[in-house]
Amino acid sequence: MSVATAFEIVLAAVVLGLGIWTTAVRETYSATVGFVAYGLLVALVWVRLDAVDVALTEAAIGGGLGGVLLLGAAARLRNTELVLTEAPGKATQVAAAVLAALTGAALAGAVLLLPDPAPTLAPTVVEHAWATGMTNPVTNVLMAFRAMDTMLEKVVLLLAIVGVWSLATDGAWGGHPGPRHRADPHGVLVFLARLLPPVGIVVGIYILWTGANHPGGAFQGGAILASMWLLTIMAGLTDTPPVSSRRWRLVLVAGPGLFLVVGLAGLWLGAAFLAYPPAQAKPLILGIEVAMILTIAVTLGLLIAGAPERSVK
Amino acid sequence: MLSPAPALDAMTSSPGGSLLVLSIVVPVAGVLVAFVLGDRYVRLVAYVAILLGSAITLAILVALPQSKGPIVYLLGTWSPPLGIALRADGLSAVMLAATAAVICAVAAFAAADFPPTATKTRASFAFWILLLAIWGALNTIFLGGDLFTLYVALELLTFAAVPLVSLEGRADTLWAAMQYLLFALLGSVLYLLGTALLYGLHGTLDIVLLSHRVSAQPAALAAAALMTAGLLAKTALFPLHLWLPPAHAGAPSAASAILSGLVVKGSFFIVVRLWFNVMPGLPGFAATQLLAVLGAAAIVLGSVVALRQQRLKLLIAYSTLAQIGYLFLMFPLAFGSSGKLESGGALAGGLLQAVSHATAKAAMFMAAGSIYATLGQDRISGLGGVGRILPISVLAFALSGLALMGLPPGGAYLAKELLLQAAAEQGQWWWAVVLHAGGIFTGAYVVLVLAHAMVPAGRQTTSGSAAPRIQEVAALALALCSLLLGFLPWEAYLPIPLGGGSDKLGFAALSKALLPLLGGAMVAILLGRWELPPEHLSRWKAFLEAIDPVRRAALAPSDLIGRCDDVLRQWPTACICLLSLAALFAASMLASP
Repeated sequence: MSVATAFEIVLAAVVLGLGIWTTAVRETYSATVGFVAYGLLVALVWVRLDAVDVALTEAAIGGGLGGVLLLGAAARLRNTELVLTEAPGKATQVAAAVLAALTGAALAGAVLLLPDPAPTLAPTVVEHAWATGMTNPVTNVLMAFRAMDTMLEKVVLLLAIVGVWSLATDGAWGGHPGPRHRADPHGVLVFLARLLPPVGIVVGIYILWTGANHPGGAFQGGAILASMWLLTIMAGLTDTPPVSSRRWRLVLVAGPGLFLVVGLAGLWLGAAFLAYPPAQAKPLILGIEVAMILTIAVTLGLLIAGAPERSVK
Repeated sequence: MLSPAPALDAMTSSPGGSLLVLSIVVPVAGVLVAFVLGDRYVRLVAYVAILLGSAITLAILVALPQSKGPIVYLLGTWSPPLGIALRADGLSAVMLAATAAVICAVAAFAAADFPPTATKTRASFAFWILLLAIWGALNTIFLGGDLFTLYVALELLTFAAVPLVSLEGRADTLWAAMQYLLFALLGSVLYLLGTALLYGLHGTLDIVLLSHRVSAQPAALAAAALMTAGLLAKTALFPLHLWLPPAHAGAPSAASAILSGLVVKGSFFIVVRLWFNVMPGLPGFAATQLLAVLGAAAIVLGSVVALRQQRLKLLIAYSTLAQIGYLFLMFPLAFGSSGKLESGGALAGGLLQAVSHATAKAAMFMAAGSIYATLGQDRISGLGGVGRILPISVLAFALSGLALMGLPPGGAYLAKELLLQAAAEQGQWWWAVVLHAGGIFTGAYVVLVLAHAMVPAGRQTTSGSAAPRIQEVAALALALCSLLLGFLPWEAYLPIPLGGGSDKLGFAALSKALLPLLGGAMVAILLGRWELPPEHLSRWKAFLEAIDPVRRAALAPSDLIGRCDDVLRQWPTACICLLSLAALFAASMLASP
């Protein structure tokens, strides 16, 4: 048994154990911490499976920003924890366990029965890389071959913002999301919030740029930018923008908006909706990705900041 | 003219294909523009997008019968499996048209409820953006030719629908929205799991390519079972309905009309695509029967619990539950002797039922909304005199009720005729019984509400503000639309067999109408919750005393069903039901040869 195999077995066992522990543990806070660790380890699993793009996304969302969101929720729920202790009856628990095990076994069986080697479109995608001039197959699928899905997913993100904002009270509408954070100006949080963002911004932009030919892209880069922004907000160095600000709303729709404009230009001037002329494909796609990284960063940041709470003075 | 069974086969863009893209792009662009301009212009942007979008839908309806087969559009010129195709067949066209009609009527209805003024900015901003988003999502579902595009559209639909539930911001509506969100996401996860399995098996998610490649392998059956169970959770088919009654009854009326009329049809339509287009040969006899058994149970439970409600909007929400069950009766009736689901009269009947329910139920919620706004409450016992205050709304409620019951010349009448014909051809008489019972049950709760609305006013006063006339007219127009659906030329879009439901106003048709009306009145007397003013009841004293023993005997099972509903609406029960259904579907598909 090679070292790599041993590592994989240990990794799989820890991921499974952590999953069970996260489900079984009673306190919301512990479950959240378990879930964040679980997300980071699952990212490692993706790395071992050579899916680095997925690994980056899983680490950024499942481990990072999702963790921040869940920890905030757990902190808010701490006082209500005592109320929610009624557990379902024994019979219900047994039935749920049996069914979940059955479903899990059926899924595992189905996955094992899948044809090997799996039928895949990967070679076709690589063959058609000429259409965009970029060699990262994931970026080509997301931005060219299945561009419609990607554009609609960005609209889903915008709807999530609308949904979160709709939870505001009528009085706070138009105001700043979330509480105004204050931190000790000489504390470690403020220190980090001054130190890390310059580095984080460079890394985020690098991940976007390298996404053309290597793993990376707008979503992973945007998640890093969002976390840098959130750090400065939580350290009290900046405030969340008011939701009535038209400039910030423009940033929130920039990604899907530019996607739509380029798509329509293809419909009127070119071959079809979302068809890029091969010569201009790379600059067009990079332009859309630049708009998208901004949109994603601001969207993720504002999703975590929450509903408007403080009206504009 | 389309062939009777429109095959979604073409792999090249056809003329008029760009209309398909535009029907998705226009609402989506509306969402983006409305979001930026915001607050003061949001309603104006929505109206422009709705006018444009309706014109595009109309153009698709005109273009489709002239094209040979479905209209196809390849996005970015990439043909499947590498790229994504949009395809419009007759089924898509019918659903696109119904959606446009309901959206227009709701937009007219909501104009006064969601004005772009300073006091209601938050709700107006969210409502108009979400309305456009729901439209874009539904159009994507009706036109999408790829199972993953359909998943994205489902997400879009869920994220647009959930905030509508809690627009009023009360604690109970927030809880209802939360339940809806969590259960709908469970459904999404199951659907996505199935999609991943199908890609692993066949290396494509294009509906046409998959339909050529799918065979009865264990992994494909697991995928079909998971996807079906997930979609049923999103459609709120019995026993997966825990989220629907509080969500649909708690939302503002314009939102309830959209949620009940349109949103549940999105996931229903994907079930139809999956079973009829992707894998018609896979489910087999047992699975189709199972689906319709759930439908029949939904009809009984939804109707009986509807008759026990005290609030009008909850009654209508439970009626939606029953009507969703009705939609699933077509599956066994479409199962032909070839061992496959056939695109014939039963499918046409099911789609027609979906269209008539979309229009009629939206009209019903809108009428109830006017009543709620005017009375300041919607207790059924407090409806006395409303027939005099709001005659147009009560008329709209009555007409949409008649349409739902399956009275000629409504779309539901035509649907029922087609389904009955298919049941007779298949020799599955038991579904004919359920079809008739469904009509009678619908009659029962409509009669119950109308009886309360028609008695003279008791001591109640109107504490709300008068509903604007445009709201009442919008509801009436949509109800009339549902009742006149039978006259439309469906043969151009749906696979209707020759002579199906040709008699719409003859003596025989009208005599059939008596069954749901009279039967419904009987059921309403036996099972309904009657809270008429005492002076009104005294006239019927002798009659009531005579039927009292029968009524008591009938109420015992009704209580049992009510308790059963309470148990099913618990989270642990609902989740167990979800997984059990997935297992049952997998087992029944395995069992078929």
